[in-house]
Amino acid sequence: MTMTTTNDLIATAPVRRRFGGGDLAGLAVILLVAVIGYFLFPNNLALLTRIIAAALLVLSLDLVTGYCGVATLGHAALFGAGAYAAGIASAHYGINDPLAMLAFGIVAGAVAGLVCGVVILRAHGLPQLVLSIALIHLFHEFANKASSWTGGSDGLSGIAPTALLGLYEFDLWGRTAYVFGVVLLAIVFVVLRLIVRSPFGMLCRGIKEDPIRIRSMGASPKMALTKMYVISGAVAGVGGALNAISTQVVGLDSLSFTMSAESLVMLVLGGTGSLFGALTGTVVFMFFEDVVSAANPFHWLTMVGALLIAVVLFAPKGIYGTAAAFFARRKEAQ
Amino acid sequence: MQTVLSIAIDALAYGMVLFVISIGLSVTMGLMRVVNLAHGAFAMIGGYIASYAARDLGLAYGFAVLLAIFGTIIIAVPIERLLYRRIYGAPELTQVLMTIGITFCIIGIANYVFGPTLKTVPLPGELQGSVDLGFRAIATHRIFAILCGLVVAAGLWYAIEKTAFGVKLRASVDNAAMAAALGVRTEIVYAVSFAVAVGLAAFGGVVGAELLPVEPYYALRYMVTFLVVVSVGGAGSIPGALVACLLLGAIDTTGRYLMPEFGEFFFYLAVIAIICVFPRGLAGRAKG
Repeated sequence: MTMTTTNDLIATAPVRRRFGGGDLAGLAVILLVAVIGYFLFPNNLALLTRIIAAALLVLSLDLVTGYCGVATLGHAALFGAGAYAAGIASAHYGINDPLAMLAFGIVAGAVAGLVCGVVILRAHGLPQLVLSIALIHLFHEFANKASSWTGGSDGLSGIAPTALLGLYEFDLWGRTAYVFGVVLLAIVFVVLRLIVRSPFGMLCRGIKEDPIRIRSMGASPKMALTKMYVISGAVAGVGGALNAISTQVVGLDSLSFTMSAESLVMLVLGGTGSLFGALTGTVVFMFFEDVVSAANPFHWLTMVGALLIAVVLFAPKGIYGTAAAFFARRKEAQ
Repeated sequence: MQTVLSIAIDALAYGMVLFVISIGLSVTMGLMRVVNLAHGAFAMIGGYIASYAARDLGLAYGFAVLLAIFGTIIIAVPIERLLYRRIYGAPELTQVLMTIGITFCIIGIANYVFGPTLKTVPLPGELQGSVDLGFRAIATHRIFAILCGLVVAAGLWYAIEKTAFGVKLRASVDNAAMAAALGVRTEIVYAVSFAVAVGLAAFGGVVGAELLPVEPYYALRYMVTFLVVVSVGGAGSIPGALVACLLLGAIDTTGRYLMPEFGEFFFYLAVIAIICVFPRGLAGRAKG
């Protein structure tokens, strides 16, 4: 049994259009779901904003795992770097403009992506996985020990973002943060959609399929993957900064192994190698978590484990991938 | 001088415990090419069973160890039949997900059955106290752990190099399809190796319970350490794993003694450095 991805489906679609109707429809679906969420859970916008931050992390993971085939269990390092950079800019340097904090998050995420990419891409297979786990622990320990900067295990507090664009205050109900998050997600989605369909995105997919062939064609797999890692870091940095701005606190859990593993679970649940898969997986997983973990966090772990085994055995393409394949077959049958 | 000696003894004992637990992982990984993140979970199950047998049922230590080994094998074999069997030869991501799912499940169940507290395996009188070497006293348990590691290493070396089963095992590691064509029942080789690996993990979990305390998050906490041993040593290599264990045990213990604040930090830094320099492991060979 193989972990097939939805790449094949997308690869057969015409790629000449840079930004076609399908993308517009996807964007419309995201915005529609966001509006529905706003009206369905007006008292729980914080959860929805958290979902958006997680979705950005999972999208970023999808770039390296789904599109480049790099198995990593340390992707939260990029997210946490963005969150801490945005938080430290605000708490220690008084840079409270949310857009400036976001910029700090993006840059820090990209730098963390570069560091992680350079280290992780040195090895393949098991050593690669071990490197990614060692990296996330290293980041975690570093943030824990540099407590004068990061607040250590107490978390970084004192983040006070000012009004967005000088107009919209971050209110108690999290409305501004939610709208901010939705706009960020939409922008990131469009940009990533363009990137994964660009020649560069195709090159990355080719590397995933057969790196030796790509090298013999004259391209450098390592350069391309490092570049993708930097992009991925920037996206994760957006998610981290959004998290820091909306919750106004950054905890060590944003740099934890558990967070990395969970983001991988979300990605696989939705389906690797497709942006919609990443989004679907995040939304389903986070809602599920919100309901179940409130009851008992340890049963939650057992259920995540069982869910993971079930996905690997019965739906290796994930929710979105399975559904997409189903509709593609029906279309063919007609 | 005293500090150096105690670091050396502790590092040796810790390295040997690591070796006993991770050698099974190394052999199965070399043999079946499965990235098994659940290996630490089996060591944890062993620790729990021994703790239950020795502390709650009041059985003798040796009997508790045997019970832990065979109990863990009995639990693990159906898991191998039902779940691992399906991921042999699958891409790494699939294997990682499946085995991490198994780990999460085992952690959740262990926590439900035994509670979140630390469990101890009470030592028998003979292993408590210390042995006086004339110039220095050493805790008997440390010596016991070191001896166990040496016995396991020697036993495995003999089994793999000198017995008929070892020949079949090495043939299957080198080329499973060819070995099968020559009449080696590879599925039996796989099943036996898996059972031995899990049994060794359980044994290491019990012997090392003093150094690596048994609690529900054991499986996650030490997962990295065991994987690191295998990737540093090179999958399937006993000398590689032994060297890796002693090296990592020394780095970890020295870090803890001299810089307790930053011990973990330097451990992970060393791991990254070693893997970057030897991406295929210290004794690694090119993938066949």
